[in-house]
Amino acid sequence: MILARVVGTVVATRKDPRLEGKKLLIIKPVSPEGKDEAGYVVAVDTVSAGFKEKVLAVSGSSARMAEGCKDCPVDTAIIGIVDDVRLDDV
Amino acid sequence: MFLGRVVGCVWSTVKARDLEGQRLLIVQPLTPEMEKTGKRIVCTDATGAGAGELVYWCRGREASFPFLPKEVPTDGTIVGIVDSIELNRT
Repeated sequence: MILARVVGTVVATRKDPRLEGKKLLIIKPVSPEGKDEAGYVVAVDTVSAGFKEKVLAVSGSSARMAEGCKDCPVDTAIIGIVDDVRLDDV
Repeated sequence: MFLGRVVGCVWSTVKARDLEGQRLLIVQPLTPEMEKTGKRIVCTDATGAGAGELVYWCRGREASFPFLPKEVPTDGTIVGIVDSIELNRT
């Protein structure tokens, strides 16, 4: 799973019927310190995340195990809203 | 499967129902020579690994298999704590 920040939304009218009613968000990966990393991903939101929120996203076929994504054409899903990240001194 | 070191943890209150009760740890992937390689990722934990521990983790859909029959939406799981490594480089 990766840490990411919500940076935008995607609106699509014509899409696979199994994606109907799903919220699509643009997320940008961030480091555990909160710094932006390269690239963007479009992800299906299953936890009602909002703009600028730090989230947990799961990718690959595991994304289909997120709530409501069974047998859906989805490869990235937001499955958690991050409260806090703690880094140990190791 | 890959080697890694537990370098932190993530708190999340709002998350997928099947993620409840799972520990979310930040893992730094390592080479067998203990050099950092690649980005830190968030993993669920099937072993009870602690801070600073050397572990091995698997990614992809298989990462959710340790938690069966629960379908945990995860794409990275710590599946073992490493005791020792023997490397024979010729």
